[in-house]
Amino acid sequence: MSFPSRQPDEAHGEAASPAAPGATNVRLVQQLRPALLSVLALSLVTGGLFPLVLFAIGVFLFPYQAGGSLTLLRGTVVGSRLIGQDFTGPEWFQPRPSAAGNGYDGTASGATNLAPDNPRLKEGAAGFAGIRSLAAQYRRRNGLAADTPIPIDAVTRSGSGLDPDISPANAFLQVTRVAKVRKLEEGAVRRLVARHVVQPQLGFLGAPRVSVLELNLALVRLQQQAAPASRAAR
Amino acid sequence: MSWLEYTVFIATVLALAYPLGTYLAQVCERRRTFLDPLLRPVESALYRLLGVRDDQEMSAVTYAGCFLSFGSGCAVLLFLMLILQHALPGGPPDAYLTTPMTVDLAANTAVSFTTTTTWQAYAGESTLRYLSQVAGLVAQNFLAGAGGLAVGFGFIRGFARQSSATIGNFWVDLVRSLLWVLLPLGLIGSLALVWQGVPLNLSPYTLAHTLEGRRQVIAQGPVAALEFIKNLGTNGGGFFNANGAHPYANPTPLTNFIGMLAICALPAALMITLGQLTQRLRAGWLLLSVMVVLFVGGLAVCDRAERAPPPRLGDLHLVGGNMEGKEVRFGIGESTLTTVVTSNTSTGSYNAQHDSYQPLGVLVPLTFLLLGEVVFGGLGTGVYSIVMMALVAAFLGALMIGRTPEYLGKKVTATETRWISLYVLSAPMVVLVLTAVAVLTHAGRAAASLNTGPRGFTEILFAYASCMANNGLALSGLDANNVFYNTTTIIAMLAGRYGLAVLALVAAGLFAGQRRVLPSSGTLPIDTPTFGLLLLGTILLTAAVSFLPALAMGPIVEFLAR
Repeated sequence: MSFPSRQPDEAHGEAASPAAPGATNVRLVQQLRPALLSVLALSLVTGGLFPLVLFAIGVFLFPYQAGGSLTLLRGTVVGSRLIGQDFTGPEWFQPRPSAAGNGYDGTASGATNLAPDNPRLKEGAAGFAGIRSLAAQYRRRNGLAADTPIPIDAVTRSGSGLDPDISPANAFLQVTRVAKVRKLEEGAVRRLVARHVVQPQLGFLGAPRVSVLELNLALVRLQQQAAPASRAAR
Repeated sequence: MSWLEYTVFIATVLALAYPLGTYLAQVCERRRTFLDPLLRPVESALYRLLGVRDDQEMSAVTYAGCFLSFGSGCAVLLFLMLILQHALPGGPPDAYLTTPMTVDLAANTAVSFTTTTTWQAYAGESTLRYLSQVAGLVAQNFLAGAGGLAVGFGFIRGFARQSSATIGNFWVDLVRSLLWVLLPLGLIGSLALVWQGVPLNLSPYTLAHTLEGRRQVIAQGPVAALEFIKNLGTNGGGFFNANGAHPYANPTPLTNFIGMLAICALPAALMITLGQLTQRLRAGWLLLSVMVVLFVGGLAVCDRAERAPPPRLGDLHLVGGNMEGKEVRFGIGESTLTTVVTSNTSTGSYNAQHDSYQPLGVLVPLTFLLLGEVVFGGLGTGVYSIVMMALVAAFLGALMIGRTPEYLGKKVTATETRWISLYVLSAPMVVLVLTAVAVLTHAGRAAASLNTGPRGFTEILFAYASCMANNGLALSGLDANNVFYNTTTIIAMLAGRYGLAVLALVAAGLFAGQRRVLPSSGTLPIDTPTFGLLLLGTILLTAAVSFLPALAMGPIVEFLAR
């Protein structure tokens, strides 16, 4: 591949101009050294230097986030603010069903990947609860009638299997159960949920949501406040 | 509510197009920018180190050859790193790395990440060392993105110049794309993600003791180093298996919005760059308008399909749209926006699992993949995706009215038409032949066993369409980590990256050699709504002729049978 060589381009910044940019032409075989060295050198810049600079600034500015937004209670890590975890006891607000590992496995994110017309999705299979039985279970647990409408996020598995949030409607439907089991005033628990509803970011981004872990942590605090009070009343 | 978000998104992309497009033109043409005092010395030092003569220019063929050799070198380096990763120090602990890094998986991943496809047949948290993710994948996210942008610059010069034997210097374009565009924007964007909660650490996986007294192990890592550049470089492969659905990768609606902007802003701005450098700015805006029309159309269909209560669950008294495989924080709106953005831009960074989408919800991303990334498209590569279709439209339009076909002041003669035809025929040939092979072989069919019937077929078609478009989105019900899919998808990824780029660059070289034709009364105007409609029709008809039978066997029949 050889073209007659031309005068070096004098008006380098003006290639859009009508003037023909003449240039020294190069052969491909001469480009072996740039090819080899660019792979190595630019990999070092982007895979070595860039992450180092990012670490230096990122960890300095945002140490909590960089560490995984871990939530501590009395010095123990109880989870990450961002990562969903399983709560099955009736005294807790419960998250969505999960397809990550055996449920909320933080090392195996994933979804069911079941198509809408796959019978397993609705009817389930051996060792796998379908949406029909998840809905029945949700109604049974929360004492709801068979035709009470329930929010769909309560019976569907998320994309990551680690969804930390539930919809506000889902949280409010669990209030009666949680208050009853914990012997708390229902109105107080309802107000707690209302305080934990996160509105769409900047007013228009995403959907309203409630973080299950933060709500349950607040529940623990509410109970601690309520317990001394009730003892004093006795 | 979501239409407000959609509108703000499109408005932001369009508002950024002019300033960013002007900046990219400055980078392309080596004009002064505000970053020059900082970056010029680094640039010259790199040229000296690499042995690049930045005053030398290349013919289109040499340029394409350099692009190819750079990509192959990167693939070999990444392959070696992956295959030897067990010897690399650092986390995560071996006990969690349960997926073996086989030769076929390493080869697939190496090709995938060096072609901006980032098709992932593995789950990050159970396969890769932190060092492989950072030194291997983060690096290739930058380099493949910069390589694409360089090719975009080279292609644009084919139309911006006249009577020129050369279209620029690949190494100069590569280095400038990295220094002036991807590295600075990448640093700012990655920091924004850390601020919003994306982890950046090298810790072993965290053991948490939950309030209920259980144990939960949480995967960690230098997540933020990858999660922004994967979008900015239009690559898309995530740190974790669930990619953008994972709350560590994409913790808030804002991080999702930033990610979507990072994907679309530069490819959209390149239309303005093209318009400026060819001195036909209105033609650039017209291309952008056609893209927005297609984008909004897809968004409307996908949003409607997913927002409706799932028809098959009608008797269960559920409230809300299809939330299977979707995250509460994104809801239906940000999930479908992300579907449409990612399926269009060679960036498979999904935030919801498309295999659980309704039939029409799958039809939209599949169609966009098959259209060949004409809406915004991959970084740099998107320029030729749309311009090649515009050339076909100009050719058809000129034939209809009996004039000489011209586009951006260049004549489309028989010589150029040959390369353009080859380009247009490449995707149908590769995608349909590979799909047919998969459907006809046991290994191909066996992988689609989770969802059978039309959805099983759609999964296979989607896989090859995604790899040919260098996109990386998947219907993940397909079990893709096996020798059959690891090797056949490599063919599609290589054809989609290098096959198309070489054809486009050769065509650009031919156009560069032409003199620019001045518009006359015999010229079909290329910046009018009429031409926009013609281009829209050409894009849709070309795809329909090639792919309608295949689509009918997949999502369309699934929709009709529901």
